[in-house]
This record gives sequence, structure tokens and C-alpha cells, in this order.
Amino acid sequence: MDRVITTPLTDELVESLHAGDRLLITGTLYTARDAAHKQLAELIDKGEPLPIDLKGQIIYFVGPTPARPGEVIGSAGPTTSGRMDAYSPRLLDLGLKGMIGKGSRNEAVRESLKRNKAVYMAATGGAAALLAQRITAAKVVAYEDLGPEAIRELRVKEFPVVVINDMYGADLYAEGRKKFERKEDS
Amino acid sequence: MRELDVGRVSDAIAALAVDACCNLGEDVIRFLDQAIEREKSETGRDVLVQLLENARLAHDKRAPLCQDTGLAVVFLEVGQEVHFTGGDLETAVNEGVQRGYTNGYLRKSAVADPIGARKNTDDNTPAMLHTRIVPGDKVRVTLAPKGGGAENMSALAMLKPSQGRQGAIDFIVDTVSKAGSNACPPIIVGVGIGGTFEKVAYLAKHALLREVGSTNPDPRLAELEDEIERRCNLLGIGPAGLGGTITVMDVFVEELPAHIASMPVAVNIQCNSARHKRVIL
Repeated sequence: MDRVITTPLTDELVESLHAGDRLLITGTLYTARDAAHKQLAELIDKGEPLPIDLKGQIIYFVGPTPARPGEVIGSAGPTTSGRMDAYSPRLLDLGLKGMIGKGSRNEAVRESLKRNKAVYMAATGGAAALLAQRITAAKVVAYEDLGPEAIRELRVKEFPVVVINDMYGADLYAEGRKKFERKEDS
Repeated sequence: MRELDVGRVSDAIAALAVDACCNLGEDVIRFLDQAIEREKSETGRDVLVQLLENARLAHDKRAPLCQDTGLAVVFLEVGQEVHFTGGDLETAVNEGVQRGYTNGYLRKSAVADPIGARKNTDDNTPAMLHTRIVPGDKVRVTLAPKGGGAENMSALAMLKPSQGRQGAIDFIVDTVSKAGSNACPPIIVGVGIGGTFEKVAYLAKHALLREVGSTNPDPRLAELEDEIERRCNLLGIGPAGLGGTITVMDVFVEELPAHIASMPVAVNIQCNSARHKRVIL
């Protein structure tokens, strides 16, 4: 049964989430992918303030297609999260509580999730038109010059995700695969 | 000699870009539909249902299936009796890409200076153009938008001839295994075998244009494709990588003779948003 949660995420909420949980998120997501992460990391390294307050927030790794006239946003499915592995721990240390993407995360990110009580979730890769239906508002809040890679604030209603890595170290990709892996002659 | 204005090539490519990005092929829809019956994982079945719903919605709303509308890979098969007029062909191809991606509200995903500034070219050019001269007086234009997620998980190896058929299969299956959830399974596996370094990569890419569910006319390659598919589906990756029995939609192999010293193998992975459309001018 899908569980509805609302943002921002609190410690208590994250503590109740487990790998494999199917969630419907209502509230705010911030979009950021490769170029925006690079710029955020540069600001952190220089000790400068970020254009958005990450405390309790969720970043969605997505670069949407342009909105057609009259539409809130174009198609908006997840991009591969692994490319953000180099940056995510620094953002989690600043209070980021959740990330949505697709594909597995490295050891450093999984450790950072445990340390910071945060969670990594996946939306279905390739279901971008469907996912866009759950986005009710979108506005660029930073790095407009990056086009599809700009940081956007999205309002979402019952945005469907599954928990991949919880704060207890579980990994749905590894578990799911192990469950269905078969040897040659079995 | 037949004269053909290059503007018609531009128009065709602009139209194909939108068509390909918004309309999933009948073959892929048929596969997903049947896969729901066969997939043993409940989560996997849910993913397949979502992908079918997504395809329906994208078609009805003329919305891109995936936000990654890719780099524009263009295959031109040009009849040798054709004389292009009205400009140069490559510029016309790029003009078509620029128009299709801009007017069609598709995402522009090309960046210049890849190891430096990575600045968006703002019109999704250049097209990744492959031109072949063939008999006849027609031009066959194929556009295959290629997203980054699955492309990044593709691989090429110059294997040793002593590694043989088994070595080739192991490399291919290992590439699919490493791709895991990153490549948006269920995937299509395009395989090139033989030729030279650049040619084998082209074969793997070109193989992806085949229809899902089709059988290779060469029985030896058909058997090889079946064996690779069976081994990949034992990996347990499943739809969206959440675990399951259907990781691969199909495996397509194209082959060329190789150098006596070489055994090149290339694996080009195609995500579930398997898009390509074709028109003959």
C-alpha cells in the first residue's frame, strides 16, 4: 500500500522509512542535476551561501523538457543518480534529507545517508510524461542560464517513488536483484 | 539522376524528432504488454504498467516519453542516383534537428567542450550522422534519439581471439550486469562483433534499429542472441532494476569479419524508451 508523506522531511519521518516502501510525496521538491550540483559544491567549497536552503528538503535529479504553452512543465523523469555521488554527501551534511533519481549510489553516499538520517528514493526511469502529471507548479529559483539544468522549485501532489536506500543501510537494488538472480542450471 | 532538395531532409528530420520522442514503437508496446504476464516480480509488473501508461499518455498529449530526448543519431541511406540540391546535406540535417527539438519542445542535451565548460549548444546539434551510399534513387532517413543514461553504460572491448565465443558472451553479459538499474531496464542490447575499433561501435548502434521480437536471419547469430538474452535475464535486475525476471527486451547482433589479430566486441545499451522513426524520401 502506498503511503502519502509530506515535505519537508523530519528525522522522525526518515526514521520510519525503509527500503522497498512505496511513497507518494506531496509538497516541494528542488530539481538539480550535474551542472547545478557542480555549482553548489563550488559555493560550499568557498564557504559561500547556497541559493536554496536545503534543510529538510528533497532534491530531484531531473532536467525536464521545456513546457508547452499552458503546461506547468514538460516531461520530467529521473536521471541517473550516480553522477551526483561526488557531490551528494556535502549537501546531505548541510541538512538535505532526501534525493530522488534512478540507479544505485556509491558507498560514500550510503554512509552519508546513515550519518545524516536521510533517504534515497527512485522514480521510474522512462515514465517522464506520467511523472509530470504529478507536478502542479514549477519555477526556476537558481541558475536560469543552465536551461534544463537550472534549479527549479516544484510543487508535487502524490509523486510516486520507492525507497532504495534508507538510513539503516538497506539497498533495494541489491536486495531485489539477489531475490531474482538465478544460476545457469536452476 | 534524381534531384532532391536538402530542405526535404531537414523537414523529415524535424518531424521524425517529435514523432520518435513522443510515440513509442508498436514493437516495444507489444513487448511491454506481454511482459506484464511473464514478469515474476510484483514491483517489476508495476513498473511495466507505468511504462505502458506513460506511452499512452505521451502519445495522447504529444509529450516526450522521457525527459532525456537524447542526442539526435541520424542514419541516412542515400541512393547513389540522388543528386542533392539547395544546400549541403550535413547543414540540412542539423537544421532539421535544431527545428525539431526547438519547435517540438524537446530537451536540448548537447554540450560543447565536454571536458571543460560543457556549455549547451542550445539547439541539440550536432546530429550524430551516419551516411551510407546505397543503390537506387531514394533516401532513407532514420532518426534515433539516444539518451545518456543507457549510453553511459555501453562498452567496447578489443578481446583476444583466444577468448572466443564464450569470452564475447561473458563480456556482453558483464556489461549488462554493470549497467544494472542505471540503464532503465528492460533494455535492448545492441551488439557489434568484428570489424575495426570504430566500425564495431557503429554495428552495435545500428543493431538497435531492429524490431523487438524479430529473429536474426542468420541462424548462428539468432542462437547467439538467444543465449545472451537468457543469460542476461538470469541476472535478476528486472524492470527499473528493482529485481525481476525481465531485464532485457531483446538482443540484436551485427557482425563483420575481423583482423586476424582482433576480436572487437561492442555493446550499446538502449533504455526502455527505445525510440527510432524512419521515412523514405
